[in-house]
Amino acid sequence: MTTLRYAYYPGCSGLGTSKEYDMSTRAVCEALGMELIDITDWSCCGSSPAHTVDDRLAGALSARNLVQAGDIEGVDAIITPCPSCLANLKTARHRLQKPEFRAEVNKLLERPVHGDILPVKSVLQAIVEDVGMEELRYRVRTPLKGMSIAPYYGCIMNRPPKIMEFDSHENPMALDNILEALGATVAPFNLKVECCGASFGVARRDIVERLSGKLLNLAAENNAQAMVTACPLCQMNLDARQNQINVANSTNHVMPIFYFTQLIGLALGFSQSQMGLEKLVVSPRELLAGAAG
Amino acid sequence: MKIGVFICHCGSNIAGTVDVAKVAEMAKSLPEVAFASDTMYACSEPGQEGIIGAIKEMGLDGAVVASCTPRMHGPTFMRTVARAGLNPYMFEMANIREHVSWIGKDKEANTAKALDLVRMAVAKLARNKPLFAKSFAINKRVLVLGGGVAGIQAALDCADGGLEVVLVEKTTTIGGKMAKLDKTFPTVDCSCCILGPKMVDVAQHPNITLYASAEVDEVNGYVGNFQVKVRKKPTYVDWKLCTGCGACLEKCPSKKSPDLFNELVGTTTAINIPFPQAIPKKASIDAGSCIKFKTGKCGICAKVCPVKAINYEMEPEIVTEEVGAVIAATGYDLMDWTVYEQYGGGRYKDVITSLQYERLLSASGPTGGHIKRPSDGKEPKTVVFIQCVGSRDKSVGRPYCSGFCCMYTAKQAILTKDHIPDSESYVFYMDIRAPGKMYDEFTRRAMEEYGAKYVRGRVSMVYPSGGRYVVRGVDTLAGTQVEVEADLVVLAVGAEGATGAAHLAEKLRISYDAYGFYMESHPKLKPVETNTAGVYVAGCVQGPKDIPTSVAQGSAAAAKVLALFSKDQLQSDPQVSSVDLKRCVGCMKCAMTCPFGAIKEQEVRGEIKAQVIETMCQGCGLCTATCPQGAIQLQHFTDNQILAEVNALLASELEETQG
Ligand SMILES: Cc1cc2nc3c(=O)[nH]c(=O)nc-3n(C[C@H](O)[C@H](O)[C@H](O)COP(=O)(O)OP(=O)(O)OC[C@H]3O[C@@H](n4cnc5c(N)ncnc54)[C@H](O)[C@@H]3O)c2cc1C
Ligand code: SF4
Ligand code: SF4
Repeated sequence: MTTLRYAYYPGCSGLGTSKEYDMSTRAVCEALGMELIDITDWSCCGSSPAHTVDDRLAGALSARNLVQAGDIEGVDAIITPCPSCLANLKTARHRLQKPEFRAEVNKLLERPVHGDILPVKSVLQAIVEDVGMEELRYRVRTPLKGMSIAPYYGCIMNRPPKIMEFDSHENPMALDNILEALGATVAPFNLKVECCGASFGVARRDIVERLSGKLLNLAAENNAQAMVTACPLCQMNLDARQNQINVANSTNHVMPIFYFTQLIGLALGFSQSQMGLEKLVVSPRELLAGAAG
Repeated sequence: MKIGVFICHCGSNIAGTVDVAKVAEMAKSLPEVAFASDTMYACSEPGQEGIIGAIKEMGLDGAVVASCTPRMHGPTFMRTVARAGLNPYMFEMANIREHVSWIGKDKEANTAKALDLVRMAVAKLARNKPLFAKSFAINKRVLVLGGGVAGIQAALDCADGGLEVVLVEKTTTIGGKMAKLDKTFPTVDCSCCILGPKMVDVAQHPNITLYASAEVDEVNGYVGNFQVKVRKKPTYVDWKLCTGCGACLEKCPSKKSPDLFNELVGTTTAINIPFPQAIPKKASIDAGSCIKFKTGKCGICAKVCPVKAINYEMEPEIVTEEVGAVIAATGYDLMDWTVYEQYGGGRYKDVITSLQYERLLSASGPTGGHIKRPSDGKEPKTVVFIQCVGSRDKSVGRPYCSGFCCMYTAKQAILTKDHIPDSESYVFYMDIRAPGKMYDEFTRRAMEEYGAKYVRGRVSMVYPSGGRYVVRGVDTLAGTQVEVEADLVVLAVGAEGATGAAHLAEKLRISYDAYGFYMESHPKLKPVETNTAGVYVAGCVQGPKDIPTSVAQGSAAAAKVLALFSKDQLQSDPQVSSVDLKRCVGCMKCAMTCPFGAIKEQEVRGEIKAQVIETMCQGCGLCTATCPQGAIQLQHFTDNQILAEVNALLASELEETQG
């Protein structure tokens, strides 16, 4: 198999709140024959605040990373695990096709954008499209038999469809297909692309408690034993705030929230600690012990 | 040659942005022009009289009218010129409204362009020759395509008018969508009870030949003389023998065949008669589901049929019919709503289409008229209707209103209450569009008497939860989000042209729009004509409409055919190609390009030459452009005439650069 080479953009949460996402991504990608080359001296993509304030500033923050990525030899795409980074990088790339916007942004940059920009993909898209489900299925060592998991994509992985250009924006199937390839049971879950409350966790916790609560309720109602996400923010709201959500809604969910890369890793034969499972707030230990036994 | 030029004001339509007096003044200076004037409304009676007067007084040989589009008034002025005693082809029109005054506001530029167009028309007219139409006989039989209510009405009206009618229906029974409906708005009378008798009339009318389970393969010829190849699809039952007794249906072991008549709610037998009132009431085999066709075993129907009508070896049969006119009434289909992933995209069993719901309501439907959820057969207590699914929604490429959904949704909400008195209905709508007679009253009744809860706003998503469905939408009047838990969700799916409509239109050589609906000749004044003479449209084939309008159009199309056939002879358009035999070298390149097959070979004194079949030539001019010898010329648009126009245009350009 030829090696796939990517410019890798871990994003800030990859260094902090979602370290286990970054860890598992790196490990899984290597195992799947995807070579990740970190973008040198990458900076913030401009997530939440920048694009709400000034689209040129947001464009420039992302553009800087796109330019840095352009220095890497022999890669076909930039990939990032985080949908928020993805959205910013893709939006910037999209807007930079327009000469006027490019000129405005270039005014703010030390190294201006010239010529073509590498395509940007999520790690999820790269695994689904470049590696493929057949290859993934072939590499599974310990199938996740008997585990029923709800696939949750969050609201920005596939939206707006004209910019994200990946999967259906109403009924995406990428995570479903991965779960299936790993041998897990896909729990019926129709709030796939609902918002978890995103960064309202800080300003209006009640919104997160309501929206994320709904997601946990539906997953539990459909007998999911865990949920799988591809977004650091979704994961944090559902996992770290699960207790707050339970208190606010008088529920008592004990629902582990995995990153999809962690599940792939487990199926490929990595250990729980290699996948950073101890970093999850709601412990999956019992679930995994049950599945193993 | 003495030419008269008449510049029309068209009220302020033209005079507002063109200096008409100046155009007339300058036209006078053209060498062939003997008379020029401007006139308020050239098409009005005094306007036409003015033209006639000038022609007679001045002894003019031809007239140019500079006004609106020739599509609108070309024939009007040709008649005017003829009334003045000239050949109608000694007339030219310059379109200074659509091509000039309506598209620019700069009066000076407009005036200059108007003058150019007049100059071109004069140059062409100077080379016009009188043309004479020929007469040909008409075959007074009519072909009706599609046996929905519109087609049925057209066929019956034509047949009652004494015409022989050939009715071709794609499926195994006539009746179209109306036969599938339970009750019809705004009177809530049983659909099949009012349609059934008409269907029987079709079967019994001595003037109507019905080909069900048949489609048109090829259409050749021209108004008055079409040859149509009809392909009768094999039904594997000899309909001459079949009595419709139904013995085969009872014994057929393949009971899980898709039931198309019931819109796939429920299943049927591989050999079946679509519904009790079907016309013709004959059985046919769905080869895709039949065990005999799939495995070679079974053959039970052949054994039980008392009249030995089953024939597994049946082949398609082609019959050729000669007709003088065609009425296309092939109706509509629902758009593929599975693109609405947010409503389940076909994944949730209890999210169904409006037409499926009609089948659930219908006493002859798969549930015997009891509303039962497809998933578990339970009676729903809360039904949510979502309107405008695939209508007025640019995001799925359907910007237009499907016209009848507001009304049938109200009807379905009323019927739901009738069937299940303790049920609740919610209707998510965008606007209520109910402009017909008694229509607004009807939708109000659904709300006020039947208590249907109308919520104005789109639904954002539907998802199953705990055996029910959460319907989440917005109430734009209250300005809030709403969530309703439903047992059954009914989607008012929008209409588009029938499957295969584009294909059929190409065979008929008529235009269709991006959604598969056929184009009428004029949206206001020629609603059932098409741009191909002798081809008419009726019903939803032209655009979504309700039953009353479909029926009215069926009758209108029939009236048009009866008027056409009231003459024994039709006049052919003399604007056709003709071959100069001395120049023609017989390469037959023209025949290869002619899209209408109007050119054939002939032998003239031992040499091959081209010959134009005048009745088939549509005057498109492709051959003229192809002929390397310039031997084939389109009458009224010869190379010389077109070059004269170009020269006239360039002459003014030259003047400008030199002057
Ligand atoms: C759910 C629903 C409920 C409705 N309820 C009402 C109501 O209560 N009252 C009302 O006024 N209107 C109602 N309507 C509208 C009504 O269905 C139409 O007005 C009517 O059916 C139009 O008739 P038609 O003959 O033009 O087309 P159709 O009914 O579509 O008939 C067309 C016929 O042509 C045939 N055909 C198609 N292609 C070909 C081909 N290539 N060759 C030969 N045959 C072909 C078809 O098989 C069909 O038999 C409703 C519509 C829907 C969707
Ligand atoms: S193309 Fe012209 S020259 Fe050739 S056969 Fe036709 S008319 Fe004659
Ligand atoms: S004018 Fe058109 S239709 Fe007539 S013969 Fe020529 S190509 Fe055929």
